[in-house]
Amino acid sequence: MSDDPPETGVGAPEDRAPAGTGTGAAAPAAPSPQPGSGRGRAFMVAMFFLVPALVLLGALVLYPIFFSVFRSLYDRTGDAFIGLDNYQKMFTSAGTFIAVRNTAIWVLVVPALVTSLGLVFAVLTERISWGTAFKVVVFMPMAISFLSAGVIWRGVMWEQDPNRGLVNAAFGSAIDAFGGKGVYPGAGPSQADLLEPQGQAYVTSRTLSPGSTVEIGLFRISEEQVPEDAATASPPSSAAGDAIAGVVWLDFTRGGGGEQGVVDPTEVGLPGVAVEAVSGGTVTASATTGADGSFVLEGLLAGDYTIRLPASNFSEGFQGFTWLQSPLVTPAIMVAYIWIWAGFSMVVIGAGLAAIPRDVLEAARVDGATEWQVFRRVTVPLLAPVLAVVLVTLIINVLKVFDLVFVIAPGSAQRDANVIALEMWRASFGGARDFGLGSALSVFLFVLVLPAMAFNIRRFRTEQR
Amino acid sequence: MATVQETAVTGRPTGALGRITRFLTRGPVQIFLLLEGFLWLLPTFGLLVTSFRDVADNTASGWWNAITEPSQLTVATYKRLLADDGMVRAFFNTILITVPSAVLLVAVAALAAYAFAWMKFPGRDAIFLVVVGLLVVPIQVALIPVARLFGLLNLFGTIPGVVLFHLSFGLPFAIFLLRNFFVGIPHELLEAARMDGASEWRVFSRVVLPLGVPAIASLLIFQFLWVWNDLLVALVFADKTSQPLTVAIREQMRQFGTNIDIIATGSFLQMIVPLIVFFAFQRYFVQGLLAGSQR
Repeated sequence: MSDDPPETGVGAPEDRAPAGTGTGAAAPAAPSPQPGSGRGRAFMVAMFFLVPALVLLGALVLYPIFFSVFRSLYDRTGDAFIGLDNYQKMFTSAGTFIAVRNTAIWVLVVPALVTSLGLVFAVLTERISWGTAFKVVVFMPMAISFLSAGVIWRGVMWEQDPNRGLVNAAFGSAIDAFGGKGVYPGAGPSQADLLEPQGQAYVTSRTLSPGSTVEIGLFRISEEQVPEDAATASPPSSAAGDAIAGVVWLDFTRGGGGEQGVVDPTEVGLPGVAVEAVSGGTVTASATTGADGSFVLEGLLAGDYTIRLPASNFSEGFQGFTWLQSPLVTPAIMVAYIWIWAGFSMVVIGAGLAAIPRDVLEAARVDGATEWQVFRRVTVPLLAPVLAVVLVTLIINVLKVFDLVFVIAPGSAQRDANVIALEMWRASFGGARDFGLGSALSVFLFVLVLPAMAFNIRRFRTEQR
Repeated sequence: MATVQETAVTGRPTGALGRITRFLTRGPVQIFLLLEGFLWLLPTFGLLVTSFRDVADNTASGWWNAITEPSQLTVATYKRLLADDGMVRAFFNTILITVPSAVLLVAVAALAAYAFAWMKFPGRDAIFLVVVGLLVVPIQVALIPVARLFGLLNLFGTIPGVVLFHLSFGLPFAIFLLRNFFVGIPHELLEAARMDGASEWRVFSRVVLPLGVPAIASLLIFQFLWVWNDLLVALVFADKTSQPLTVAIREQMRQFGTNIDIIATGSFLQMIVPLIVFFAFQRYFVQGLLAGSQR
């Protein structure tokens, strides 16, 4: 796949034109005039070949450029001449300015990232036997539409719930592994007079002394949250002289009935709840409830204790990042863009790499250069022209990014993720019908690609010499 | 290939010891690339699995649950997609837009490219430079003027309108690509034909076109994919009856969650054609795509 020299829009690097043909004053390849035909006839024949293309290009590409410039000087309906007001609005109206700013961020960040990633992939794949397979895998996203790519990535990122969204699931399992989620997230005490909140923890509002018992009811716990081995709870009968005994139970009788604050016969204990005895601000004993919700805090000296259910019991754990809203939405879309274009960059740079003479690299290695030095001092400088082509190509494409933002960002986030090409569509066809502003945005986009156009033309002319 | 060469040149030990050393030094690279390759495949694989799960399963849990519970996989989603008239129609619209756009482009561009490469007429080089300049024109700049023009010509909202737009914006690249290829055809071949009294049309159709097949193939494939994958042009110029798959799927995305079955299956249907083309014509595809990547 990478064996073919790449051609890029910036003039085919391996121009197939042999010397002496083609355009240019020096080209001797002028067709010899047909016998008996004048210049006029030759011109007519040439026109026959050219007219379809020139008419289409003139009517649907060239003329629209001029019309857009002209249209951008009029208001939204096209009735009133308003000069440069649309251009002023573009940079002052908050909604449109976000688009201009985001496009600037895109151009600054993405082409450089994609080119570097492509360079790394291209250099590394040279060293492995399955490099071609890797290239096919990374290049494949180039073949599919931005729409499909957008659907794919929206699927990856849109769900905030780590149980459903892949990226959040990955982050979630990593974060929760460091002790995030509690056993009964969101639960609270059923007896407001017994327990009061302390941050996310709950503490008894009265003190207890060793030898006494306590019954702590919790609710706001769904049935799935109760472990299967949970047994029916029963009130503690007594406690030893140096201990406080108690039960933590689900103060909720299935099917109704039952009295709040009382351990009713069918109500179950809540296993796995951490319970602490606190005296003078320090934890003096701790326990975890058993299957029937019972616990015993032992080894207590005489004194007053409050019982605390620490916050870790109720922590919601990792809730997932909201990828597709501000401020993460633009970086999220950029990731999808990089996923698509890394293959392009890798293949073009890979072809450039294949053209570097092996003995140059070997000479450097024989001279004792490390792999990093070879890469930094030999490979990269030799690749500079190819890297420039990749970078310019990417800048042009990033300027025009539309589909991906349009598809990945949900309606509510499109304002925050906006880019010029999208705002052009939104202003003109997305409801506002402001063809004046839309034209101004499209002309601005056109002006932004003008340097690339000049670059192409200059490059083409030097190649023809 | 590179591995073999390097070993030979630097005279590294071969055999078991050499292989172990090489594996140890290459190990991190292998693992890194393996991981990257996995990361690159995972999102697409996720969509594939999602498209075979019912809405209820997809809203309840992530697609990876289907790996441990394969019973969740069902073709019912695809049956529903094929029973959806709007989607089926959009699929055929996509073909009706794509095939003419690609074929007409080759015809119009080949004629012009021949003129630029092998005919002499005043202003030839200047006009060709304009064509080169038009390579990077953003299509946004033409949307409003062409919409107005199509409105006057009753082409707005029709398949021919969408085709015409794709045809025109494909031309700069197509002419550029074919002209560069035609110019490389040995000029003795053309001269010989002309000496025999062949007309320009005969030289074009009997000599240049047959020799230009590789470039034409690249162009056909590239334009096919470009148009097949287009969203913006169709979004502006097509209406409900002429819209291709990309626009139809995009409309379903307003309710991403509840319409996930149509979206995922539709996207896969939309994607499978370019993927087949990609694997079947990789060589031409890479050439064409890279050459046209600035559009």
